[in-house]
Amino acid sequence: MIEQTSGDLHAALTAVGVGAQRIAALWWPSLWICTLVFCAVIAGLVLALTRRGRAQDGSTAAADDGDRRARLPIAAAVAVSVGLLVVLMALSVGADRALAKIDAAGAVEIEVIGHQWWWELRYRDPDPSRSFVTANELHLPAGRPVLLKLSAADVIHSFWLPTLAGKRDLIPGSPATLVLRVDTPGRHRGQCAEFCGLQHAHMGLLAIVETPAAWAAWAERQRRPAAPPGDARAARGLALVEQGSCAMCHNIEGTRANGVHGPDLSHLASRERLAAGTLANEAANLAAWITNPHRYKPGVTMPALTYPAADLDAIVAYLSELE
Amino acid sequence: MKRRLLLAGLLLSGCERDPWYLPASSARLANDGGSAVAMANPYTRDAQAIAEGKRLFRWYNCAGCHAAGGGGMGVALMDERWRYGADDRAIYASIVDGRPNGMPAFGARLSEDQAWRLAAYVRTMNGGPNLAVAPSRADDLRASEPEARREPRAASDD
Amino acid sequence: MKALASTPVRRNSVPPTPEDRALLDATWRDPPGFRGWCMAVNHKSIGRRFIITAFVFFAAGGLLAALMRWQLAVPDNHVLGPDTYNQIFTLHGSTMMFLFAVPVMQAVAVYLLPLTLGARAIAFPRMNAYAYWVYLFGGLLLFAGFVFDAGPDAGWFAYVPLSGPEYSPGKRVDYWAQLITFTELSALLEAIIIVTTVMKLRAPGMTLTRMPLYAWAMLVTACMVIFAMPAVMFASTALLLDRLVGTEFFNPGEDGEPLLWQHLFWFFGHPEVYLIFIPGLGFMSAIIATFARRPIVGYVPMVLSLVATGFLAFGLWVHHMFATTLPDAGKDIFTISSMLIAIPSAVQIFCWIATLWLGRLEFRTPLLFVLAFFVILVLGGLTGLQLASVPLDLQLHDTYFVVAHLHYVLIGGAVFPLFGACYYWFPKFTGRLLDERAGRWHFWLWFVGFNLSFFPMHLLGLDGMPRRVYTYPAEMGWGTLNLLATAGAVLLAAGVLVFGGNVLRSLRHGERAGPDPWRGGTLEWATESPPSPANFDALWVVHSAYPLWDPQPMARVSGLATSHREVLVTTPGVARPDTRVIFPDPSPWPLAAALATAVLFVGSIYTPWAVVWAMIPVAATLTAWFWPSARETAEHLDVERAP
Repeated sequence: MIEQTSGDLHAALTAVGVGAQRIAALWWPSLWICTLVFCAVIAGLVLALTRRGRAQDGSTAAADDGDRRARLPIAAAVAVSVGLLVVLMALSVGADRALAKIDAAGAVEIEVIGHQWWWELRYRDPDPSRSFVTANELHLPAGRPVLLKLSAADVIHSFWLPTLAGKRDLIPGSPATLVLRVDTPGRHRGQCAEFCGLQHAHMGLLAIVETPAAWAAWAERQRRPAAPPGDARAARGLALVEQGSCAMCHNIEGTRANGVHGPDLSHLASRERLAAGTLANEAANLAAWITNPHRYKPGVTMPALTYPAADLDAIVAYLSELE
Repeated sequence: MKRRLLLAGLLLSGCERDPWYLPASSARLANDGGSAVAMANPYTRDAQAIAEGKRLFRWYNCAGCHAAGGGGMGVALMDERWRYGADDRAIYASIVDGRPNGMPAFGARLSEDQAWRLAAYVRTMNGGPNLAVAPSRADDLRASEPEARREPRAASDD
Repeated sequence: MKALASTPVRRNSVPPTPEDRALLDATWRDPPGFRGWCMAVNHKSIGRRFIITAFVFFAAGGLLAALMRWQLAVPDNHVLGPDTYNQIFTLHGSTMMFLFAVPVMQAVAVYLLPLTLGARAIAFPRMNAYAYWVYLFGGLLLFAGFVFDAGPDAGWFAYVPLSGPEYSPGKRVDYWAQLITFTELSALLEAIIIVTTVMKLRAPGMTLTRMPLYAWAMLVTACMVIFAMPAVMFASTALLLDRLVGTEFFNPGEDGEPLLWQHLFWFFGHPEVYLIFIPGLGFMSAIIATFARRPIVGYVPMVLSLVATGFLAFGLWVHHMFATTLPDAGKDIFTISSMLIAIPSAVQIFCWIATLWLGRLEFRTPLLFVLAFFVILVLGGLTGLQLASVPLDLQLHDTYFVVAHLHYVLIGGAVFPLFGACYYWFPKFTGRLLDERAGRWHFWLWFVGFNLSFFPMHLLGLDGMPRRVYTYPAEMGWGTLNLLATAGAVLLAAGVLVFGGNVLRSLRHGERAGPDPWRGGTLEWATESPPSPANFDALWVVHSAYPLWDPQPMARVSGLATSHREVLVTTPGVARPDTRVIFPDPSPWPLAAALATAVLFVGSIYTPWAVVWAMIPVAATLTAWFWPSARETAEHLDVERAP
């Protein structure tokens, strides 16, 4: 229907997830019924306006039998409208029940926490040591249901991946859940759908659906602590991260950086985008982001950090190793 | 006439404003790339920055020692006594360089801009001097009277 | 002041004499000069100011919309930063909803209702003046905040916690919350005035079943205002208390409930849509009847539909909250009620089409605007059915699809009929016709511009573009459709300019209208244009819904005082003459009381103590307003006793 210039799917009618498919299946009949009604009303209007054989003397008909003659057609039109409405209601309630019936047995459990202006993703496992944390990039196994537990850390956000499922609000103090199932691998893009302040526009979310084997391998990599620095420059970068401002907000598993307020960076280099979908994850962008994040996301909570060039270089080198 | 006034107003409002959401240091980055330490707190009259300072106070666990201002392991911040002076530069220096007897230096861990925001917030904890911009409440569990409703106290250097 | 004490009581005769006429004019005219301007209570003076003010706010809101379209025209645009953009979209929504859509409908009613009902004046004329001043000061406050960079930025819906004290520090949201209280106070007062006018001041013989459909629409609207506005006034006051004195209505950390805000807001917010749209239905009925040259088909179904819409409108607010957690039964109920409300609208649309089918059509500009309603509103109503469905809403909610839908409903359902009404009643208000050629330009610029601007937004929403974003990345592929929408906005702006030019030009050079340029059927056409201060030389007695189309001439009422502001009060049901009352003279106190109220509201943004000390001037001005003077009492006795 609409050209996709980006490789990541984001049109609600390009439904890939089971939830989105059930909604799209309701969209088309509802669109046809509404189009039919619209055409009928306009046709009626055009006929009424162009009818021939009426008195054209400009006089006023104070009393004629028009009301009586019009009674039957109006009643018929109302009856047809009511009939179509009942069909729409039945279809809608049926689709709503179908959405509620997506089976969550054996689901992967993911906690999604909305922050101003990024997504915290906590993959849960019955064995706590196998739980892990990431941000802004949701990896899902194809064919297996996913149970999302949604909550918000500050203001109301709304979780929406149009090609996978309908949206669900994240409301502080009222946890919600959403079941996803996607049967084919692919890449999907969504973003926060409830106005959440200055950078509501830059609160993107990437969902990557993979074959179960690829997903398991990805999850295994995410469970590992962060890779130790590979060379002296990276080691200096780690030291700067641990001793400087970074560690106040960010966590890097297996190091002394244990902040909890910003996205987890343990596997930053494995992610495709920076700053909730705002920038491509490249060394130059990372350096520019650290130096002045407000250039890309004015008002973001991360402060601008001025490092000497060599230090910045070391930090970027270290972060780029965190596969 | 009213229309003209309104139009003038709209034009005026379209003029360049001080973007509160951009840190002073980031604005300076855009200007000269340098980072001279500001001599006065740019945020004493900025409610947005003070609210962010309050968030930093929580995030960086200042409450661990100072509680919500009542003090504990660290000194109380909501009374009128300022051991090292009540002006913003003294508070800024306490945060950035630390003080004897346990106050750590946060200079390496906070950006200069964040330190000024935090200092501006700390100044509001004892009810002065800018009640109009002090936070009126936090949207979470309340531990004490909102800053905006605390009795202003005369500062005394202790 | 008039030297009333020395004026002997005089009563009008039928047919009216020139002396009656001169005396009536002198009695009902507002005093001259700036002082008189501040004291005005005549419903036509207040109505004119009210309408002009509302259109100025409309222009300001439109300018803000143009700025937004400029920013969104291309991806990654930096004309406006996020902070400015958020203020602008908040201000656009708040202005259009609170300062234009509801007030302009009440403003037109203030001018028109007494004329349509055949009355001398509107009920509670001083309260009417007070309501106008309160509205004006509230609107000025909002824009003053914007000019001084304290414009609210949490959206016109101001969801907590984003609008709460922690995430919106400063005074921005306080200004917004007090603006709501201001304008809703004004709207509530006007609603009381309108209900009273419709119920008690109709011409003798104008029973409820002979009342013009426009008056029915305003009666239903006013009743809805009385039930809807208190919810939002409470909500905005609770928000202000949360922000100023640390109450915890909406604080999730202290057992407050963010969802409570949404329920309160939408319990008002959804009826709000209908109370903008129902006066539009009234305009439709008035204009279609005149230009089809026959009564509207199905008077009783039309009235019942209006009333049914008014009731159902209160039962579907939760469809704004389908993306929150709701039980299944709740979702079903709100889906069904949201769809049911389509039925009364369908009944009215079918009745109008039947009227057009049976009538003898005259294609003048007012009728064109009314015909656009059928295309635009019907489309907006149908997308409304889709949004009423929970599963579809989960995809469409908070996307550009909703932006498209709400503009189709509100502009198609209210603004197009309102423009039609402007062309239709402008000759009544000013005595001169608007230019027909410019009117057609205006119409086509708006019709094409509107669809060009808002139709692409349906597609953008389906393509995943959320609302309220200040920019979007190029790789999403939303650029082309957004550029089209901006092009449409340019046409809309051009249309408004044509309309403004037409109004200014026609005020001086328009064709003279005479009392009844369209040969209408209702009472406002039975007096000269513009109407004299007392509206009618002698009140008419009516025997049908379109008295001017009756073959028999109407009777007139004699014996009402011409030397005093005496008004005939009729019974609510069958409009039999009930009693006569004397209406108050012009007074400066409504303006003074409104100023005192403004000081109270604005002061309370800065300190809760303002509520206490600003009570004193409010009480003083209200006391002065209502203080009975011995002279007036004596005169009222004179009129009662005079033969």
